[in-house]
Amino acid sequence: MAELTYREAVAEAIAQEMRRDEDVVFLGEDIGAAGGVFKATVGLFKEFGPERVRDTPISEQAILGAAMGSAMTGLKPIAEIMFSDFLAVCWDIVANEIAKARYMTGGQMSMPLVIRTANGGGSRFGAQHSQSVENWAMMIPGLKVVAPSSPADVKGLLAAAIRDPDPVMFFEQKSLYPIKGFVPDGELVDELGTAKVLRDGGDVTIVALAAMVPRAMKAAEELSAQHGIEATVVDVRSLVPLDTQTILREISKTGRLVTVEENPRLCGWGAEIASIVADEIFWDLDGPIIRITTPHIPLPAADALEDATMPSAERIVREIVENID
Amino acid sequence: MATKPKAVAKRKASATSSAKSSVKSRAKAAPKRVAKAKVSRANDDIGEDTRLALWRSLLEIRHVEQRAYDLFLQNLVKGTSHLALGQEAVAAGFATAMQKDDWSFCTYRGHHHTLARGASMEGVLGELMGRECGLLKGKGGSMHLTSVEHGAMGSYAIIGAHLPIAMGAAWTAQYKKTGQVSVCFFGDGTTNIGAFHEALNMSAVWKLPVVFVCENNLYMEYTPIKDVTAVHNPAGDRAASYGLPKIVIDGNDADEVYRTAQTAFAKARAGEGPSLIECLTYRHSGHSRADPGDYRPPGELEAWLKKDPVPRYRERLAEFGIAQDVIDGMDAEVLAQVDEATEISKASPPPGLDLIDVDVWADGGTAWRN
Repeated sequence: MAELTYREAVAEAIAQEMRRDEDVVFLGEDIGAAGGVFKATVGLFKEFGPERVRDTPISEQAILGAAMGSAMTGLKPIAEIMFSDFLAVCWDIVANEIAKARYMTGGQMSMPLVIRTANGGGSRFGAQHSQSVENWAMMIPGLKVVAPSSPADVKGLLAAAIRDPDPVMFFEQKSLYPIKGFVPDGELVDELGTAKVLRDGGDVTIVALAAMVPRAMKAAEELSAQHGIEATVVDVRSLVPLDTQTILREISKTGRLVTVEENPRLCGWGAEIASIVADEIFWDLDGPIIRITTPHIPLPAADALEDATMPSAERIVREIVENID
Repeated sequence: MATKPKAVAKRKASATSSAKSSVKSRAKAAPKRVAKAKVSRANDDIGEDTRLALWRSLLEIRHVEQRAYDLFLQNLVKGTSHLALGQEAVAAGFATAMQKDDWSFCTYRGHHHTLARGASMEGVLGELMGRECGLLKGKGGSMHLTSVEHGAMGSYAIIGAHLPIAMGAAWTAQYKKTGQVSVCFFGDGTTNIGAFHEALNMSAVWKLPVVFVCENNLYMEYTPIKDVTAVHNPAGDRAASYGLPKIVIDGNDADEVYRTAQTAFAKARAGEGPSLIECLTYRHSGHSRADPGDYRPPGELEAWLKKDPVPRYRERLAEFGIAQDVIDGMDAEVLAQVDEATEISKASPPPGLDLIDVDVWADGGTAWRN
């Protein structure tokens, strides 16, 4: 078992899959010799060369179009969109083309591709380089949506995404790139559509995603140590497919649900989970559902403002203590 | 690199030999015609077999599009449809020059390109009518005709989207060294959207085997293209920006289209990169079924009807000594096929409702949760 950073796990997963399958190719801006603006793809250009690790112009539609056209004709491309905010300039290819091709053609086309992107706040980059946009992808039929919280999950889920025959949007939370974690040695392939229970507690179930997972874990330790509240923490990991079996089971056990979402308030993934809970396990609840989100604002840049808007461990503790006996 | 020109030579050789063999098989049935054809082949690079293939393709498109219009008037074609009446020569010329395993991409005005690749008439008409026999089982409609088995890799209804996608297919051909070409058809209006420029630039930089074909029918939907474009030739005058030669041709002359396609495909297969070809043409009907085309100046349609690619090619065949009964016989044969396809489509039931819940995912299903 090796200790890797979240960014090293990205490169490890891509390398693992490129070694086993010649059809896996990788394209994006600055991904080659530069190793990626977040240094998440260091070493790939050297090992696999410019034909398989291709630098592109600043042309997001061309990047995703190339991914789609090559995927439907036999390659398994991984495309990097440097910041998830930039998905807005190529959203046609994602939402209208890639997601719909199989269904619209009566099943004639396959789209085995991965779109990797650096998502989320915490880096003081301002509102056009910090958005948490996984819900944009979640609401489009035909896209799988993954957002890992740890280096081991990055490696295992990215490998699974590359092997998956459907298009996968892979959201890497950019503030997590430097974090370290143990990753099993050898080939690692996880399973898409599976949530993970990271902590067991009888009083409240906290459901979190990506960068909110370590914050939820920190809050759970604090709740236990300072307030005698024991929290279960579920890492959603995959928004589509959504592991409702695990999520609903863990909520039913405690009777209380708190979602922790980095996205702005409206239409966050937590709203969908709250809706499913209300439909299916309403009578298991012992109190109102609490959604902890960023306010419905464009994310501000200054550290003081950004820290005050994104859900923090302190805010999670406070909301739970105030609302749950 | 040395192997690429050889691969091209091999393809040419095999195309020639298959043309010869088809002549032989027809010779048994109609010895009179072959005698005349020999004369024309001696004087011309295209030859009778290819000319008749082009003629058949022109007729198939013309008759199917006219039938689509008739079926619309009978309220049997639902939704919208964008006819390519008048633009048949672009589709026929390029498709006839393509190898079977080449890939083509087109827009919502794509009935002609899909038919030209060999998709069945009932597949096209059935899809327009929302029937089970449709190419897409009724799930795509007129604007998304696709037949992967024929290399018709989709009709794309968002302007510009398919240029980068066609480029991606060309990347596969380059990466796997298959010798295939990706061909992308689009209208003049597409030259003013960003994806056009992104795809042209990246294809040129990567030297991809992709051929971009602009069907300039003078109108972006309802507006004259010249009123909204900074250059005279919307595609041709942009070519220099991507280090490509300006190629503007008569898109209503099937022979000229065919020859231009051959040249561009040879360049692509030789690893020399993309081409951008502007075909001057005209759509005889409005933009879509909702549009009578009243914005066109008086006399414009009439002037273009004189350059109608179908009667023009009928004359061309006669000039090259092809017997009138062969020319007319093929016309009647194709019309009978369209009649048959119409009946098949009318008899085909609506798609089963079970189709709603299939084919979002590779496993055949639509589940987004467990």
